[in-house]
Amino acid sequence: MKKSTNQQLVGRGTRNGAALFRNWFQNLSDAAKDNIPTAYVFVMGSMAEILRVFDLPMVFPEINSLQTAIRHVSDDYLNEAEDYGYSPDICGYVKADVAMQLRGGEHPMGKIPKPAIAVLTNACNTYLKWGEIWERMYGIPMFTVDVPATREAGRASKKGSEQFIWERNYIVEQLKELIELCEKVSDKKFDIDRLREIMGYVNEMSTNYKRMLELNKSKPSLFNALTDGTIYLGVANTYRGTKEGVDYFNDLVEELEYMSNNSIGTLTDEKYRLGFLGVPCYPIFRRFNELFSEWGGTFVASTYLWFATGGTNLGVQYDLTNPLESLAEGILITVRDAMDSMFNPEIPLVGLIDEYALDGVIYHPIKSCRTVSTGLADNRRALMEMKDIATLFLESDMMDQRVVSEAQMKNRVDAFFEGLESRKVRLMEGVV
Amino acid sequence: MAYAAGVDVGSTQTKAVIICEDGNIVSRALIDTGANVVKAAEKAFLLALNDGNVREEEVSYVIGTGYGRYKVTFGNTQITEISCHGRGAVKMFPGTRTVLDMGGQDTKAISVSEAGEIVDFCMNDKCAAGTGRFLGAASMALDIPLDDLGPTALNSQKPVKISTTCTVFAETEVLSWLGKGKKIQDILMGVHKSIASRSVSLLRRVGISEEITFTGGVAKNTGMIQVLNETLEKKMNVSEDSHFMGALGAALFALDHIVASRNPIKVTA
Repeated sequence: MKKSTNQQLVGRGTRNGAALFRNWFQNLSDAAKDNIPTAYVFVMGSMAEILRVFDLPMVFPEINSLQTAIRHVSDDYLNEAEDYGYSPDICGYVKADVAMQLRGGEHPMGKIPKPAIAVLTNACNTYLKWGEIWERMYGIPMFTVDVPATREAGRASKKGSEQFIWERNYIVEQLKELIELCEKVSDKKFDIDRLREIMGYVNEMSTNYKRMLELNKSKPSLFNALTDGTIYLGVANTYRGTKEGVDYFNDLVEELEYMSNNSIGTLTDEKYRLGFLGVPCYPIFRRFNELFSEWGGTFVASTYLWFATGGTNLGVQYDLTNPLESLAEGILITVRDAMDSMFNPEIPLVGLIDEYALDGVIYHPIKSCRTVSTGLADNRRALMEMKDIATLFLESDMMDQRVVSEAQMKNRVDAFFEGLESRKVRLMEGVV
Repeated sequence: MAYAAGVDVGSTQTKAVIICEDGNIVSRALIDTGANVVKAAEKAFLLALNDGNVREEEVSYVIGTGYGRYKVTFGNTQITEISCHGRGAVKMFPGTRTVLDMGGQDTKAISVSEAGEIVDFCMNDKCAAGTGRFLGAASMALDIPLDDLGPTALNSQKPVKISTTCTVFAETEVLSWLGKGKKIQDILMGVHKSIASRSVSLLRRVGISEEITFTGGVAKNTGMIQVLNETLEKKMNVSEDSHFMGALGAALFALDHIVASRNPIKVTA
C-alpha cells in the first residue's frame, strides 16, 4: 500500500506540471487560431488577478523565450532578431520574442497569439522597451503599473505607515485605469465578485507556494530548486488565480510532506546543499544541473523562485472584503520584495544559509540581463563578509548558447567542489 | 620507494612531474600539447620517467590536471588545475596565500589556505583576453620569439598604451602602433602592462595577500614579472619551476592518496 502511494505521489508535481504546461500552450494555440484577444504580461507583476476577470488569455513572453532555449532552438531565434537589426548585447528574451513575432507566432510549443494589450510593471527596465516593441508592431495599448520605491533594499514604506497608504492609493488609481482599459479591450464589464474569487485562489496558491519553499529545509532536500523548482515556478505564474493552480499546489505540498515524513530526497546521496542566485542557464539546463549533481550537490533554495514569481514566496494573503485596496497592497509588497531578491539577495540569504543548512552559494550572472546580473559581484562580496560560506561565481547566459562554455564551466564547478571537500575535512578537524 | 606523478595537460603545453615520498621533485618533462591530447599526456609522462630514471611500475598514483585532465587515460583520478596550482605554490613557497597563474588560454587568481587548499578563485571569462595567448599574438605580429618578448620589453623608455586586451585584435593594435613609428620595445611594454592590469584586477577580486606566487608558463617572462611587481608594489614569488606548478600540485595530491592508502582511516574500533 505504501509503495503504491509512494509511486503515485513522488514526482507527481513534475509530471502534472509538465501536463499543465502542454495544456497552457495548447490553449494559446487555440486562442491564436480563434483570434481571441490576449494580454501580454510579465512574471514580475503579471496583474493576473485583474486580467482573469475579463477572461483575457495571458501570454508570458519570458516563458515563451526560455522555452526556446530549453528546446535548443533559441540560437535560431536570436540570430533572426540580430539579422533584423537587434544588437547581440541586449536581452535574449526580447530577441527570441521579436523573432517569434516576425515568424507570426511560430514557437516550438505551438502557436503564440498576437497581443491585444500589453501590461507591465516597472520591475524590470527592459519590460518598458519590450512593451514598446509590441506597441509599435501591433498598435496595441501598453499599460505600465508604476510601483513606487521598488529599489530600496528593504527600506521602502511598511504597511501601516502614512507613506504606505499614499503609495497603495496610487496603485489603486492605476488599477482602476487598467480595469477601464480591459473593459474596452475585452468588451466585458468588470465584476468585483469574480475578482474576489480569483484573489481567493491566489491566496491559496501563495500559502502553498511559501509552504513548498519552506519544506525544502528537509534533509535530504525534497526537490531541486533549479530543475523541479522551475516547473513549480512556471505553474505559479501561468495558473495564478485559477482552480487548476490551487489543486496543483495542494497536491504538491501533499507530495512534499509525504517525502519529508518518509525521508525521501531528490538525490540518493546528498552531499552538498546549495543556494542559487540569478536566472538559470536554459541553453544547457539539464547539463548545468548535472555539473553539480555529479558531485552530490543539489540546489535547495533559489532566489529565482522568489523574484520570478513577483514575490509569491511571501505568501501574502489578500483581504477579500476590500479587494482593490488589498490587491494594491499586495502589489506594493510583493513587487518590492521581488526587486530586493534580485538586487540585494545577500540580506535574506544570510538567514537562509543556516535555515536551509547550505554548504555553498552559486552566483550565476548572465550576459544578456544586466538588470539581474550587474550587482551580483558586490552581493557576493557582501555575503562573504557577513557569513563564512563558500561561493562560486559562474557566468553564462539564460538564452544564448554562443556565450555558454561548458568546458570552462565544468572546470570552475569542479574546483568549487574540490574546495568544498577540503573545507568539509577542515570543518571535521575543527580548523575552520 | 614509491613515486607519485602529476600530468598537467594545458591548452598549449603538457607538463609532467614525478615526486618521491618526501614530496621533492625527482623529474619533470614539458612538451607542446598539439592535437593529440592523449598522446601528449603519455609522452610527457614517459619523458619524465626517463628523466628521473624511474620505472613506470614504481609510480603508485598518477593524477591528471589541466583542461585535458580527463585525457590522462593512464591516470588514477583528476583534479582541476586551480586546486593543483594552489597546492604546488604553497609547497614551493609556504607563505603563499594568493596565486596568480597565467597560462596559454586563461589567467587565474587563486586565494589559498595555509594547507594550499582553495579559499576563492577568479578567472578570465570565456575569451583569452589578458592571457598568454595575447603575448603569443604580439609575438607573431612583431616576429619576435616568445622567450625574447620580456627582455625586449624591458628596454622600453616610453611604453605605448594598448587599449585592447582582445587577442583577436592584438595584431591590428600592434601593427597600428608600428605604423605610427613606435619602437618595438615600447609597444611590447604596452602589451605587458595591459595584461598585467587585467591580471591585477582578477587578483583584487580574490584579495591580494602579503605573499603572492606567480605560476604558469608566462611566469618565465621577465618583463611580465617586473611589470606585475611594479603594479602590485610588491615582489611576487617566482620559481624556476613555475611552469610545473600545476603538475607538482597534482603529484602532491597523488602522494596524499599513497599515504592515505597506507594509513586507512579506521571507521570502526
